[in-house]
This record gives sequence, structure tokens and C-alpha cells, in this order.
Amino acid sequence: MKHLISAGDLGRDDALLILDTAEELARVSERSIKKLPTLRGRTVVNLFFEDSTRTRISFEAAAKRLSADVINFSAKGSSVSKGESLKDTALTLEAMGADAVVIRHSASGAPHRLATWVRGSVVNAGDGTHEHPTQALLDAFSMRRRMGRLEGLKVAVVGDVLHSRVARSNVLLLSTLGAEVTLVAPPTLLPVAVENWPCQVSYDLDAVLPKSDVVMMLRVQLERQNAAFFPSAREYSRRYGLDRQRFAKLHDDAIVMHPGPMNRGMEISAEVADSPRSTIVEQVGNGVTVRMAVLYLLLGGAIGGEVK
Amino acid sequence: MIIRNARILGGDPVDLRIDNGLIAEIGPGLGGETVFDADGLLALPGLVDLHTHLREPGREDAETVETGTQAAARGGYTAVHAMANTSPVADTAGVVEQVWRLGQEYGHCDVQPVGAVTSGLEGRQLAELGAMADSAARVRVFSDDGKCVSDAVLMRRALEYVKAFDGVVAQHAQEPRLTEGAQLNEGEVSGRLGLAGWPAVAEEAIIARDCLLAAHVGSRLHVCHVSTAGSVEIIRWAKSKGWDVTAEVTPHHLLLTDACAESSPVGPYNPIYKVNPPLRTAEDVRALREALADGTIDCVATDHAPHPVEDKETEWAAAAMGMIGLETALSAVQEAMVETGLLDWAAVADRMSCRPARIGRLSGHGQPLRVGSAANVTLYDPSVRAPVDPGAMVSKSRNTPYEGMTLPGRVVATFLRGRPTVLEGKVV
Repeated sequence: MKHLISAGDLGRDDALLILDTAEELARVSERSIKKLPTLRGRTVVNLFFEDSTRTRISFEAAAKRLSADVINFSAKGSSVSKGESLKDTALTLEAMGADAVVIRHSASGAPHRLATWVRGSVVNAGDGTHEHPTQALLDAFSMRRRMGRLEGLKVAVVGDVLHSRVARSNVLLLSTLGAEVTLVAPPTLLPVAVENWPCQVSYDLDAVLPKSDVVMMLRVQLERQNAAFFPSAREYSRRYGLDRQRFAKLHDDAIVMHPGPMNRGMEISAEVADSPRSTIVEQVGNGVTVRMAVLYLLLGGAIGGEVK
Repeated sequence: MIIRNARILGGDPVDLRIDNGLIAEIGPGLGGETVFDADGLLALPGLVDLHTHLREPGREDAETVETGTQAAARGGYTAVHAMANTSPVADTAGVVEQVWRLGQEYGHCDVQPVGAVTSGLEGRQLAELGAMADSAARVRVFSDDGKCVSDAVLMRRALEYVKAFDGVVAQHAQEPRLTEGAQLNEGEVSGRLGLAGWPAVAEEAIIARDCLLAAHVGSRLHVCHVSTAGSVEIIRWAKSKGWDVTAEVTPHHLLLTDACAESSPVGPYNPIYKVNPPLRTAEDVRALREALADGTIDCVATDHAPHPVEDKETEWAAAAMGMIGLETALSAVQEAMVETGLLDWAAVADRMSCRPARIGRLSGHGQPLRVGSAANVTLYDPSVRAPVDPGAMVSKSRNTPYEGMTLPGRVVATFLRGRPTVLEGKVV
């Protein structure tokens, strides 16, 4: 595989290879000296057209732990803010010899376009309302670590599915890995034809919670209420927020996830977010590990190669 | 002068004698000087486009009257209606006369300007429709194309007002609030790709309203680029009431679907497929083809919309909407309608020449190829099939959606009032 643009491009074996590689690399992260020489002399460019400090530093840490040279290119204050096109930016990076370009962009499909203009590998770090495949991989990795399996796992993904790249990538990846996903949202925040996605759909969070092993809460932007997707933050929170009462409906081993950044008090209450059954902080650490695995497999080792 | 061995609408080969721009005689073995030996090519009346963007004045980087009419001639057209969304907008007698005169000057095909319905296409105040109707350009079709006349009162007044000079309002049916930020037909593909949905109802609701308004004031409505099965149903119903409603469909809506945005010969998310109205589903394509075949949709109009490369070599959301179509229209219609057995060549002539000329009130175009008619003739070879080559096109822009596809047919020659504008596929 040359690029990682959509979680849908990953077959079951590819996805498991990334998760297993991440598992091996996790041991490195536990050492006091965390660095591997694998990608020495290779250049990874973080091309971020949207502000996302969390994702950028996660990719940066991943590339640096593999000894790659990292160039951070943020659209603000660069030639992009002077009107340079994505294509010209791509050609510039190409000329500088980028082996991999990690791109975050507000336009769905920007990584696909980028991949037609550069020779290096393209890693999608979130494109518009389309996909965020490394988030799905780190979510799957976190679930497997906590629950011991993915096959047959019942996962509820709750919130603004319509605008969520996290939801799209998770549905594709988790269904490939044999988990059973249920999307839960008000009807206004579900895409048309969602019934054809490889998952279940429900409008009723209370009915779904008792049957779930994993509950993944999505960030809901307050601006959505201005476009009449829901009447108010309070009403959203009452119907779709995960508070203590709802949390009590989960079985004892179930876990709570959130890709961050959270709106505490909106989609998730503080006590749920901070509970021992929340994986939210772990997800951040696992993000670095999984992104190391992705960069390693795209740039370093042949697929199927051993981690030395 | 004589065009020899042409098969009119696919009939037996005959010769056409042309005198003073008219067809003077038709028959086998006519005596006289040969201008062109058609050698069995199909002869159609010169095509008429109700919906062309020539971009001049204002966006001469994308197209000019000269290059756009060359593209039209190469596509077999002898008349095009030039849309009003130029810069400045064609909302005064001065601008429509300028465009009309440029067309006369270059002479590749007749240019009939369309006048804006509202000043500056702003949807607030009627443009001086009467002044444009009375100008040298004799405007009869009025449209804010690119924008919808969404205000119901303005639309009603426009429909009423144009009755005074037998005009027609050509509506770009798009409810603006339902399509804010819209990128791609709202459906399975837009949901998967995470592109903001463009619902069919945004088109259908306006068409339904406008049909009712046209009936209420007893005026003539033309619906631009119909793209959904639901729109077809509404137009069919309006026509069954006897209301004076006509409609057009573009070649690309007859041939392509929203699936092109996901997988195509030029890669996913390629904005070459971004167009307004958006490409719809296979079910819509089927309904549009049937409607064109049964006459519910009156004609094919290209919505030729040239854009420079830099406006398409971008991410999807940033790209301009529209595709060029003049040079591929007849081939696309052959592929969608003739190869499928839905239309014969007589019906193609009706949908691409006679009916659009009648809707636009263009005298001297869209006449059947018989003695006494204007000698506007398109000679076409339907037997060839070739890959579409954007580089070979004469339009100033290259944004054809058919790159990587093969299409049938080739326009070999076009005659405007007896004068060749295209010979052997090349602009004269």
C-alpha cells in the first residue's frame, strides 16, 4: 500500500498488520529511550491546512520516534494564505523531496487530489467531513487493548455523524474487523442513505447503551444549532449526551471513548470523561503508536516485514 | 453550389442545391459545382443551443465569443443562446447588443443573447427586459442562469411582463437555502464522500412553484437543465394540464452520474465532474432519457460552461462548477439516446434543432431540411468511435467530463446559411 487515504482501502489483513505492528512498537514507547533508527534520512511533511495541534504533534512525535526528518507546514502565515493553490504547494513539497505527506484539510477529498500531484506517500490526517483513518486505527487499537478483541464487539458511535470524519472511518474499519457498529444521532445529523452503510442506525441512545461494549462519543459543534440541526445545546445534551445516569445503563466492562477535543457538559459529562472506564487519555498515547506503525509500513518496511 | 450525397435524417443519399443561403433544390444527381461531397454522411438541420456560456465580456480567459462559437460550429451548431451571467451582466440593451454584434462579426454561428431577468442577477429588481427585447439583439429568452429567481413575486412579475413581447423566462431551478454550500447530489455518494448534499427537492420545489405561477398568469416558462426524475414528473404533470412549460436537459445529465465523483478515469474527487445542477443518480438518468424520448423534456441544451484549468485543478469544494459541452453534445446524445434505441435521427433533429429554435423564437434556424429552408446543415458521421481528446478541442477551456471515455460520431462539416463554418472537422 502506498497511501493511507481511506479506512475503506484497508483489507482485514492490512488493518490487522497495522494494529499488530503498533503493538510491537508500543513496547518501544515504554522504554526510556523511545527512538528507533528505521526512517533515518526520510522526510515526513506535516501539511496542515486546519488548526489541529493534537493530530499534528501526534504525527510529529511518531515520525521523530522513527528518526525521520519532520517538516511542519501550516497554512497560516505561509504561501497558502497568500493564495497559493494546493497543487503548487504539493509541487513545492515534491521538489523538496518529501517521502510522505501527512495532510489535514478542510475540503473532503483533498488527500486524493494531493496524491495525484506528489510521488511520495499521502497520509490522510482528516479531510473535511470525509475521513480520518488513523483516528479509526487508534480507536480500534485502543478497543482491542481494553476489550481483548474486535470481532463481535458492539460499538455505539454517538453524535454528529453527518459532519464526522471519525464516524466514517470508524464504520469502515470496524466493519472490516468484524465489530458491529451502531450509529446513534438525531435524524438531522445522519447522512442521507446511511441505511446502506455497513452498520446499524438508531435515534435512541437509551435503547442502544445496554447492548454496547464500547460507546464512542463524537464532538458536536455548537454552531450546528444555528443551522437548525438541533434546537439547543441543552436539548441535545438531554437526548444524546452521556451523563452519569446514562453511563449507569452500560454493563460493567463497557468502555467510553472520545476522539477529542471534548465539549464537557455537552456530549459528555466531566465525571464520565474522567472515569476509569474512559479511554480518552489512552487514545492520545495510542495515537502516536499507531501513527508510527502507519509511517513505518508505508515508508520503511515492506508489508509483512519484521520490526527490528 | 451543391452538397452531394447527404442522407437527410438518415434517408437515401441526395444532393442539396444552395442559393443565397437557402436550400433551392433537393434530389439525386443535381447538376452544378460541388462544394462538398458528403459521401453518405448523415445530414441534420444545423443544431441550436438554448444554453451556452460564452464568458465574454468579463472572463475572456475562459472563453470568448470567437472561441465559443468556433466550438459551437465544430459541434454542429449554427446558433447558440449566450447566457447573461457575464461581467458586466447582460442586463441592458448595450451589453446584449455587444454580444450579438461580436457573434455577427466572427460569423462561426449566430449568437442570440439571453437577457438577465433581474439587474445584476441579484434577484431584487427586474432588468429592463423590454429594452433588451427591442434592441438589435431582439432578446426573447430571459434568464438569471447560475442563480435562481427564487423570489416568488419577482418570478411572477417576470413571467407576466415578458408576455408583451412573446418572451420566455428560463429558470435555473435551485432553492437557495436548501443548497447552501452544496457540492454533490445528496444521496449515497455524497454521504460516503462527505460532500455537502445537493437535494433533488431543491430543484423540484422551484419547478413546481414556477409551473403553477406560469399557469396562473398564463405565461411561458422554460426550465433549464432538468436533472432529476422528480422534476420530470412535475413537468409531465404541468404539460398534461396544457400549460406552456418547456424544458431542457444537458448531454452530461443524460450520460454521467454522481458516481463519477467517487470513481472515474481521472480519479476520485476530480472536480471536472462538479457542475450545477449536480450529476444525479442512474435512476435520474433513466428518467431523463425517457422524458427526452417521449417529449416531456423538449430539447437538449449544452450548458457549455468553460473554466480555466486553475479553477478545476483544486480540491472539490474550491473548484468552479460547470463543464464544456458544445463539441461533444451530438456524440453524447448519440451514445445516450440513439445507441440505446430511444431516439432516431429525425427525433434528434427535433430535440437539438427544431424545438430549441422554436422555444427561443429564433427564425431562420431549426427548419427541416427541405426546399425553401435556410441552408443550415450539419453533416455527421455516426459510424466512427474515438476517445475524447480535450487537447483537440477549439474551446479556450479544457474542462470536458469525457476525458478517458470513447464516444461515437464526428461532425464532419457545418454550413451556416450555405457557408461552410467547419470542413473535415476543422473550423473554416
